Amino acid sequence: MSATVKTAGKTAGWVDDRFTSSNFLKRNIGKVFPEHWSFMLGEIALYSFIVVMLSGVYLTLFFKPSMIELAYNGSYVPLKGVKMTEAYASTLNISFDIRGGLLMRQIHHWSALFFVAAISVHLLRVFFTGAFRKPRELNWVIGVGLLTMALLAGFAGYSLPDDLLSGTGLRIAQGIVLSLPLVGTYLSFFIFGGEFPGTDFISRLYAVHILVVPGLILALLTAHLMMVWYQKHTQFPGLGRTNDNVVGYPLLPIYMAKAGGFFFVVFGVITLISGLVTINPIWLYGPYTPDQVTAGSQPDWYIGWLEGSLRMMPNVEWVIFGYTLSWNILVPAVILPGLVFTVMAIYPWIEQWATGDKREHHLLDRPRNAPVRTSLGAMAVSFYVLLWIGGGNDLIASFFDMSINTITWFLRFAIFLVPPLVFVATKRICLGLQRRDRDKLLHGMETGNILRLPHGEFIEVHAPISDEEKAVLMAKPERTPLTMPEEIDENGVAMPGARGARLRAKLSNFYYADNIPLPTREELEAAEAHLRHEVEQAAPAMEEDRRLIPAHDGSVLHDPAIDK
Amino acid sequence: MTTHENLPATTESAEAAAIEKAAAALPAHRPRRTDVDPKAARRAERQVAAMFLGSALMTVLFVVAFVAIPVDETVYIWGFGTVNASNIALGVTFGLAILLIGTGAIHWSKKLMNEKEEIQLRHPLASSDEEREAAVEAFQTYQADSGFTQRPIIRRSLLTAMVLFPIPMVVLLRDLGPLPGEVLRETLWEPGSRIVIDPTGRPVRPSDLALGGLISAMPADLPEVQEEEGNLNARAKAAIILVRMEPQEIVSQQGDNWDYGGILAFSKICTHVGCPIALYEQRTHHLLCPCHQSTFDLADSGNVVFGPAARRLPQLPITIDPEGFLVAVDGFAEPVGPSFWERGDA
Ligand code: HEM
Ligand code: FES
Repeated sequence: MSATVKTAGKTAGWVDDRFTSSNFLKRNIGKVFPEHWSFMLGEIALYSFIVVMLSGVYLTLFFKPSMIELAYNGSYVPLKGVKMTEAYASTLNISFDIRGGLLMRQIHHWSALFFVAAISVHLLRVFFTGAFRKPRELNWVIGVGLLTMALLAGFAGYSLPDDLLSGTGLRIAQGIVLSLPLVGTYLSFFIFGGEFPGTDFISRLYAVHILVVPGLILALLTAHLMMVWYQKHTQFPGLGRTNDNVVGYPLLPIYMAKAGGFFFVVFGVITLISGLVTINPIWLYGPYTPDQVTAGSQPDWYIGWLEGSLRMMPNVEWVIFGYTLSWNILVPAVILPGLVFTVMAIYPWIEQWATGDKREHHLLDRPRNAPVRTSLGAMAVSFYVLLWIGGGNDLIASFFDMSINTITWFLRFAIFLVPPLVFVATKRICLGLQRRDRDKLLHGMETGNILRLPHGEFIEVHAPISDEEKAVLMAKPERTPLTMPEEIDENGVAMPGARGARLRAKLSNFYYADNIPLPTREELEAAEAHLRHEVEQAAPAMEEDRRLIPAHDGSVLHDPAIDK
Repeated sequence: MTTHENLPATTESAEAAAIEKAAAALPAHRPRRTDVDPKAARRAERQVAAMFLGSALMTVLFVVAFVAIPVDETVYIWGFGTVNASNIALGVTFGLAILLIGTGAIHWSKKLMNEKEEIQLRHPLASSDEEREAAVEAFQTYQADSGFTQRPIIRRSLLTAMVLFPIPMVVLLRDLGPLPGEVLRETLWEPGSRIVIDPTGRPVRPSDLALGGLISAMPADLPEVQEEEGNLNARAKAAIILVRMEPQEIVSQQGDNWDYGGILAFSKICTHVGCPIALYEQRTHHLLCPCHQSTFDLADSGNVVFGPAARRLPQLPITIDPEGFLVAVDGFAEPVGPSFWERGDA
């Protein structure tokens, strides 16, 4: 026995003496995890969050969350003597006077960007593969919570250094708070300790940024991972993979080595980028003052969609009984994000209700096999992208030399017209792919080989698909819409609850009606016989083909009709 | 390997059969090069070790760079321009030190670790009906023991107490800030306030403003007030811009003769959500907010011509004092900056 194994054994013994842990340990170190590249997205999110925390703790050692005004006296020459808050001055200090400080600031910011990006793409993966279905609905909700918290954390962090951009972002946030009916003005005064900007806000935000939000993220994350562990990871269909098993590598050693190694890869890549590419050079923006702004100022990418919705909204404002209702702010900045996150959070139940599907799902859907869900997702993505483009309309305008007004008007229409078009197009693509899958099952793969048979007919040679592919295609779930219930029973009396049931039947029809059915067993058998026949027919000619084609000078020595 | 989470023996054999079946369906395990060729395995072993050693070397270089490179040293690097030498050296050495551990571990797992796929069974997550019933029963017994349902007085009084007890936590927040009162309607501007250039503080004569020009300005007492209050609150409301156009170009104003000889003063704070505005196009007299592109026509009462802002930019009536400097005739007639619930129409 090597020394390592002995030490490990001793440690395990020590723990077991106190916690009866051996059984638990044995069960869990052998836990199987399925593999797929898209399963790494969540991992990236987790690892970037760890990097965010490590670098964030470092920053707290030097950052001073204070709005006391002072005259800058550090080593960044262009700002010498300029009046600024202590928060901004200490961020300059981290960047210019503390060795490695700039690197840690960059790591913190880059890992924050990675974090939000990874969560977002991870969420898309979970959506498009249907991983949110029963029994994982709650984990989906936690995921939506995590996304919200991540956006909040990012915005709060971006606002801490009190440079011109971060202050401008805060001003906009304060304007949004002011627009809230009834409580807005009071809320703003409580948040900022009086009028904007005041001198309290940065230290208050600091507690939110380094304690409250990360604490919530940590709690949600723990629950998230525990659920994944307990319910076991989903897997894609394939040979031997069913709804009742998990196929993959055990935690120790392969999965641990890969996942652990991957943490270092994510951390390393973030660090390299931080060394090489400058992000948020706050020294170029100058200190915040409420009467200055730079053109083309942009928030971090994940806030862009809200910026876009603010920009696109027409200027509707009502005054009722002497009170102001600013729809131009409420709709894009309060109602829209509220709706987006609510619909996102309850989507699993919307789909469940609409389709009547209450079974447990552990096999992931290929997106094409759930065309309506996939199209709804694509529609949502296009909506988001349009808002995001709206957030950069000034950059686009100056880049393409167009008028901002034209772009804004275009977007005001596009936001209603494009998503439905995307829905229709995506659904057609999905159904097309389903048809192709069915063809593959029935006729095998197209090989691109055209063959002339002895009696002169041309056929394209098909090859049978691999067992693995067949298993994947055959795993397509059969989905039948609910049947339309009778409105009146046999006695001619209106059925109670008939309306809800009919709506539901319509919805389930909407979800499932167009699906291309899998071939039946008879169809498959007939097709297989046909394919066998075709292959037999083609075999001699193919054989000849193989013999004749190679010519050492590169020329083709064959009847062109038989050539590829 | 299989996991049998304390299952009775009969299901255990059924489980084993299910695993057997799935295992038979799995594609045959294809050996890797390193599984069959000891030379390839040794090569992989060396590669992994080289990566780990490379990481160690980078860590040493990091410490060297930390000590040796002054924090303000810059270098020119092709493709990156002039960059902070310390930052790039620390980032690259630290980054590689971390990255190489990761790539080494992954390479090791891919080439050398035993990589047989394994199968485990899932079990329905729902408990059996008996277990569910037993749980409900147990709960009912404990519930009965507590007398929660049998003693409504206790139950209701407890609920009342529980509903009320968070109130202090909300009340405690009261002193987060003062009540708004009327301060959002007030600015430093009052009759006779002298207009000075921001940031120099120089008073403005009409002749200082070129035709078509725009300057940022503030009330003369702003720096003093700012010093006294120790914040930027007054500045956030009092900032204005001055523009000058031909008097006959002015289509309308917010009050009669609020200009002085074609010089107009407007609040600099956008009525949308409060960004300062400064992009002026003198030909059209349009003022554009860089935040969400609300556009105001300064020749026409500062009315909104485009964008999400719903209100015109408040205008400040101006004239000159006996010394010939621009001053405010009065304060703003309406609140500056973003709308708020109590604002109404004034
Ligand atoms: C939960 C996810 C987090 C996100 C998304 C996030 C994001 C950010 C961002 C974007 C900045 C601006 C950085 C810049 O100057 O360019 C920032 C600043 C800062 N963050 Fe975080 N952060 C997170 C968690 C934390 C944690 C856990 C801590 C400490 C315990 C922390 C401490 C700080 C400090 C001290 C600053 C101000 C210093 C500076 O800006 O240089 N952050 N954060
Ligand atoms: S703040 Fe000026 S347009 Fe939004």
